[in-house]
Amino acid sequence: MTGAARTAARGLAARRGAAFRLTVVLLLVALPLFLGPYPISALSRILAFALLAASLDLLTGYTGLASLGHAAYFGVGAYTAALIGIHLTPNAPVQLLAALAAGGIAAGLTGWVAVRTHGTFFLMLTLAVGEIVHQLADSWTSLTGGSNGLVGMPPITVLPGRPLVLAGFVYWYILAIFVLCYAVLRRITASPFGRTMRGVRDNEARMRAVGYDTARVKYVVYCIAGAVAGAAGSLWVAQTRFVSPADLSFEIAALVLLAVVIGGSGSLWGPCLGAALVLLVNDTLSSYVAGRGPLLLGLAFVAAVYLLPRGFAGLRGVRVHVRTRETGP
Amino acid sequence: MIAWLDANLVSILNGVAFGLLLFTLAVGLSLIFGMMDVLNLSHGALYLVGAYAAYRVVGEAGGSLGAFLLALGVAGVLGLAAGALLAGITQPLARRGHLHQALLTLGVALVVADLLSALFGDEVHSVAAPAGLRGSVRVLGHGYPAYRLFVIGVGLVLAALVYLLVERSRAGAVIRATVADRDMVQAIGVDTRKVLVGVFAFGTLLATCGGVLGGPILGAQPGLDDTVLILGLVIVVIGGLGSVKGAFFGALLIGQIQVLGVTLLPEYASFLLFGTMALILTLRPAGLAGTAARTAAPGSSG
Repeated sequence: MTGAARTAARGLAARRGAAFRLTVVLLLVALPLFLGPYPISALSRILAFALLAASLDLLTGYTGLASLGHAAYFGVGAYTAALIGIHLTPNAPVQLLAALAAGGIAAGLTGWVAVRTHGTFFLMLTLAVGEIVHQLADSWTSLTGGSNGLVGMPPITVLPGRPLVLAGFVYWYILAIFVLCYAVLRRITASPFGRTMRGVRDNEARMRAVGYDTARVKYVVYCIAGAVAGAAGSLWVAQTRFVSPADLSFEIAALVLLAVVIGGSGSLWGPCLGAALVLLVNDTLSSYVAGRGPLLLGLAFVAAVYLLPRGFAGLRGVRVHVRTRETGP
Repeated sequence: MIAWLDANLVSILNGVAFGLLLFTLAVGLSLIFGMMDVLNLSHGALYLVGAYAAYRVVGEAGGSLGAFLLALGVAGVLGLAAGALLAGITQPLARRGHLHQALLTLGVALVVADLLSALFGDEVHSVAAPAGLRGSVRVLGHGYPAYRLFVIGVGLVLAALVYLLVERSRAGAVIRATVADRDMVQAIGVDTRKVLVGVFAFGTLLATCGGVLGGPILGAQPGLDDTVLILGLVIVVIGGLGSVKGAFFGALLIGQIQVLGVTLLPEYASFLLFGTMALILTLRPAGLAGTAARTAAPGSSG
């Protein structure tokens, strides 16, 4: 194939991809017109959770740092948004920005220890950090309400003075922020910095040898992922209007990592799909089998590891990071 | 100083007992990780298996020393079986990397913990100390439960035995050689798969027996598996991977922080845990007893 033909083919593929993404977004926008409030509120939670999965994918799939403590930053964002909602203002964008900042700061404060390591050691450290933050939420009763959680968060407003009570409006707000954040994450992964991240994942020693400060790269990614996870937390409470230590428990951290693995790490859309599946299965099946949720979750882990070594993204038959390398200059 | 020690003697002893209990868990985690590069996230659930075994065999009202030893035996057999099984299912995934192996053990942990809560309910169960260790003895003028002193004794003996086994015995030499160069050990006629399964089973055996030992102190309840797993991981991290000595000193330190720290500064318990970990990793990135090579390239030892 000549260079011109290849460029044309790539342009066509890119246009087709953009058209496909636009169709998906339009479908998601149209959904509240057809579905009742219950499925719509479930979808809102799925979107928030999918954003969390996408932020973890930035860390796990693109930088090669699998974390079992990512729910901590989600929880920090959720608590921040809920506290602002209760004590300061119901304005959702304010809550979102505060949660974004809080997630990023929390990741910055705890991440510098974790990013000095990699592989299983990193997994171990993040797990410990996540659980310590969870304990903090549980024991800092005066701020977080302890194990009872925070209740009484008023409905969010986007424009001053108009609380969004209907599930559909809340959903549209969450969808808008989700699309925005997803686009930012895609931009990051396609940027030169994204290529540096993949370099750290594939061969950290070589990246260090050619002059990159890999610890700093990992730290920056960790903070970005934490900030986006915080934003996802604010979206989550915008729908549920309730937050408790269970929202940053080990189980959530495990669920979101499962979503990334099931979806296929390193593809952004895969983990979002994985998040939808994991949350649906967790919500619906656990009501059938009365409290045996963890059992199913455990079996899902075992099955995912053996049956889907590359996740949904692998099922498409396209090796994701090979493709991304081809789109380089 | 003397007065302070006297006032806090009971807390300090509690911390030592708790720390040595955590040592039985952490050393298994550390060995399995050091030898096989597998992060066994089902370690906490296996501890809980031991604790429930103690609850079932010894009971809440209390049993004889024989019942306690029987519980240890049951837990030991379960631990060995679980270790062999886990080694069997994680080995085929070795080429796929650490994440998949860790996720597999996480799946097993969730299944085991949920089956336990299905079998025993969600209530908090206590386990009585075996007959003969139920009373309290006087230590420097303070009454102190005899069972906890027993745990301290057992923990110290266990630590010495594990140290001698891994660092000083022939079997330990084979284990360490397998870590360093698996192919070479294979070439001189040792079945390295058996060595790896053996180490895994030994680690899980320590976890389940630790559960029996800890039963009379911590009881048996859902959620305990996560608590002990996290503390075990913190100990392994600050002690240095694959090091028996590191796990020992790390366990004693975390025991003090968890018990004495919580007694003196209850609001800051979780900060203390994280702060200790952060401080040690800043000063000694490879942990208390770790070698620099281990953190620099933990993946290269497999």
